[in-house]
Amino acid sequence: MMKDGIRIDGRKPDELRPIKIEAGVLYRADGSCYLEWGGNKIMAAVYGPREAMPRHIQDPTKAIVNARYNMVPFSVEDRKRPGPDRRSVEISKVTSEALEGVIFTELFPRATIDVCIEVLDAEAGTRCAGITAAAVALADAGIPMRDLPVACAAGKVDGTVVLDLTSDEDKEGDADLPIAIAPRTEEILLMQMDGHMTPAEFDEAVELAIKGCREVSKLQREALMNKYKTFEVE
Amino acid sequence: MMRKIVLPGSVVGDAKEKLPGRGVFKEGDKLYASRLGIVSDKGRYVNIIPLSGVYDPNIGDNVIGVVQEAFKNAWLIDINAPYPAFLGVDNVPWRVDYGETTKYLKIGDVLIVSIVSVDEARNIDVSMKCKACRKIDEGLIIDIQPSKVPRVIGKNSSMLSVLKKYTGCWIFVGQNGRIWIKGKDEEKIKLLIKAIRKIEKEAHTTGLTERITKMLGG
Repeated sequence: MMKDGIRIDGRKPDELRPIKIEAGVLYRADGSCYLEWGGNKIMAAVYGPREAMPRHIQDPTKAIVNARYNMVPFSVEDRKRPGPDRRSVEISKVTSEALEGVIFTELFPRATIDVCIEVLDAEAGTRCAGITAAAVALADAGIPMRDLPVACAAGKVDGTVVLDLTSDEDKEGDADLPIAIAPRTEEILLMQMDGHMTPAEFDEAVELAIKGCREVSKLQREALMNKYKTFEVE
Repeated sequence: MMRKIVLPGSVVGDAKEKLPGRGVFKEGDKLYASRLGIVSDKGRYVNIIPLSGVYDPNIGDNVIGVVQEAFKNAWLIDINAPYPAFLGVDNVPWRVDYGETTKYLKIGDVLIVSIVSVDEARNIDVSMKCKACRKIDEGLIIDIQPSKVPRVIGKNSSMLSVLKKYTGCWIFVGQNGRIWIKGKDEEKIKLLIKAIRKIEKEAHTTGLTERITKMLGG
């Protein structure tokens, strides 16, 4: 998988895939984002805060963050059976919890903030791409947050710790470690791991992933600034 | 003039000098923005003027609401905020007997109401006892993004007076992003809606009032 320190797709171990982010692409959603990250194509939309329904799910002290991660049938090579499955239910849950960590939910008691993440095209690292897109959509929707969350994965391929795995590296590699952070404080919002790494490799991977997150964070901010850069007040 | 746009988590000031206002939070000795917007730090507080987002109800706002539900002695009004507002029988200009609320306001009726209180738990109370408040039974309502409302009104209502002058329509802009239009000439109403959509789309540009004046034939 690795040759002279160069990866299968020609990247260096600490190099990200090309990323393109666009904010505010949907008119009817309160906030939205379209993101391309390597072969991933993700659309995220945010609705709310709005009253949580049915009423028994309301929390009188804070808002509920309800993220829904969904892969469309044509996002993978074989057709994916539509609807939530074990994997997307899990990703929805961890994404909700990661985003809840930065949103000022206590400002909107009894409300819900709905985040829809649609994976249009998938090529490894969709959960990181999904969180990154959701963060931009949340900011675009004007939701109060402590920070703009960002996610990126690191992993191990052929004994080398690498940043942002591709589909082949994910399948054939030794480990995958997606993390989400709040870049200002470097607080970890999500961390999952698949495979095996030694403690030393793990530390290296976390550091590398955080470095990746910082790069992606810059692109996120740029995307939001681009939408509003001409904004002037008389 | 250009003003600084900030994103959630951007530093907007020093906590030793200023106090956190709307859309700003304090952590350590720094002030950070909590939402996307423009910084305004005149006076003691640092505030963020939001550029997007849902309507955030404030006391004194005149808004356009739709009756959502009728109880025995109150109505629930949808005011385009995250929560419905409560309109009690004491806050209407009529004497309403218990259980006779639907004689006065039915589900689906459109009203101009003013917000009288918003508490910690985000319970919103509205009243119909204000000068502009009334039941709307003619004309049409259009929705725009609540964050674009200041632009439709303009500085000292400049934009609003342009719209009124050149179309001859009656316009009421609710703070919640609903606009009530009443006019006789159908063509003029169509033109007015087009103009409002243009304002919404180009809210972030300068010289908009002049362009709208031109568009409306001024």
